Amino acid sequence: MPKLLPAEVSEQIRSLLESMIDPVSIIYFTDHKCSSCLETGQLLEDIAGLNNKISLVVKDFAKDIDAVKQYDIRRIPGFVILDHEQKDRGVRFSGIPAGHEINSFLSALLEMSGVDSELNADILARIKKIAKPIDIKVFVTLSCPHCPGAVQTAHRLAMQNPFIRSEMIEAQTFQEMSRVYKVSGVPKIVINDKYELLGDQPPESFLDLIDKIA
Amino acid sequence: MFHFTVETKKPSPVDEAVYDFIALGGGPAGLNGALYAKRKGLRTAVLAYDLGGQLKNTSSVDNYLGFDNIDAGQLIDRFVSHLGSLDVPLITSVRVAAIEKQGDLFHLRLDSGRVIKTKTLLAALGGSPRKLDVPGEERLGGKGVSYCATCDAPFFKDKHVVVAGGGNSAVESAMDLAKWASHVTIIHRSKFRADQTLLDKLDKIANIDVRLETQILEILGSDHVEAVMIKDKRTETVSSFPADGIFIEIGTIPNTALFIELAHLNESKEIIVDGFQQTSLEGLYAAGDITAQPYRQIIIAAAEGAKAALSASNYLNKKGL
Repeated sequence: MPKLLPAEVSEQIRSLLESMIDPVSIIYFTDHKCSSCLETGQLLEDIAGLNNKISLVVKDFAKDIDAVKQYDIRRIPGFVILDHEQKDRGVRFSGIPAGHEINSFLSALLEMSGVDSELNADILARIKKIAKPIDIKVFVTLSCPHCPGAVQTAHRLAMQNPFIRSEMIEAQTFQEMSRVYKVSGVPKIVINDKYELLGDQPPESFLDLIDKIA
Repeated sequence: MFHFTVETKKPSPVDEAVYDFIALGGGPAGLNGALYAKRKGLRTAVLAYDLGGQLKNTSSVDNYLGFDNIDAGQLIDRFVSHLGSLDVPLITSVRVAAIEKQGDLFHLRLDSGRVIKTKTLLAALGGSPRKLDVPGEERLGGKGVSYCATCDAPFFKDKHVVVAGGGNSAVESAMDLAKWASHVTIIHRSKFRADQTLLDKLDKIANIDVRLETQILEILGSDHVEAVMIKDKRTETVSSFPADGIFIEIGTIPNTALFIELAHLNESKEIIVDGFQQTSLEGLYAAGDITAQPYRQIIIAAAEGAKAALSASNYLNKKGL
């Protein structure tokens, strides 16, 4: 498949990724034929080719059962970003992070590599205190300019606390799931499959809701 | 599908040095203000949560001089790239928690706790979507009530949606939605305010119809939008109008919360400025949809940003700052 990123955009992204600190790994799960799997794989390949601190490992969703279990991969195309110690810090993307969502993907790469997320000390302390399993799903569309902010916040929470897992879900790719979760406006944030937020909410709103969960 | 708009820029070092001019806001007003300030030789930065402002809520622009029809994302990219060519720092993904003026300096405290200091400040935070303020709107938010057609149109494939509003944004949203929805009805309480060129385009789209002089009284539905209650103002008849969703495009309310204590606002909470974009507080300028001016247009916001920067430059010269 030819490159997806136009040369000019590639250059912008290359320049942006220069501020990466430590290496990161992307573990990408595919069956090479699912809806948007080819494009997602190509996009990840394009991005990984822009900075040698990014390594890309491709796994077969049907065959690499151990990896699917290890990373608790529930749908494809999907990928996990690991830090320099190959540690899974709860960051997931399901569906292609194209359109506006390229921004949350790039932020995740930068922050997983050690670039400061600039969360203030009070917020960081609140995140660190969480001691119960928290699963955050952020439904997005690729044409939504407000969605990357919500995904970025959710992923920041996950990176700071091993109890938190955060997943971007591209609603058009996972239409049945969007229907089940009654998504008709994005970004829609669903926590532990039960509690909902709408819009690009600040970290305080996520934390206020998480605090209410028993 | 692969329309990339790379907004996240390389983080700029936020040092302790004092800026001459900070544009607070990443829309056309802030970006053009920063461009003009930088060209005047001022130590300049843009401080914003994200770049593009309300341009991000639209799909295409055809009333910005020099571009007869341009994708809104591309126009943002051009703005940003223009600033990049002058090495203007773009400090993004930050929210300002508070602003204080101490002596001749503005202290901007970010959410992260960091403080940025500047001699002059441009308030260019634009506006947020105005609500209809009718029963059902809040309760059905995200359940068929939307304020962003570009974001949510795909969820209304083959459905019937209503667009509330009669300005350019409403008509553009209706045209975007018509690509997905089976039918779109524009409902507006008075006459159209949209440009004639847009209305001419609208006329040619078969699956859009229009109800003017019609007021939306309530949004109905149990767990998702099922209908809107409307009143025909000419006949005074009230009826239920079935719809699967409603997109509200009735203008904006200014994002002036940070400035309430700093500058004079009018009763609509817009910042009052003079012909030089000067507010009631020395060194504080305002431009674009945050100000008390009647026309919400990209080119007007950009022009006001330029005026503000030139005024700030004059102010710094006069004061010897």
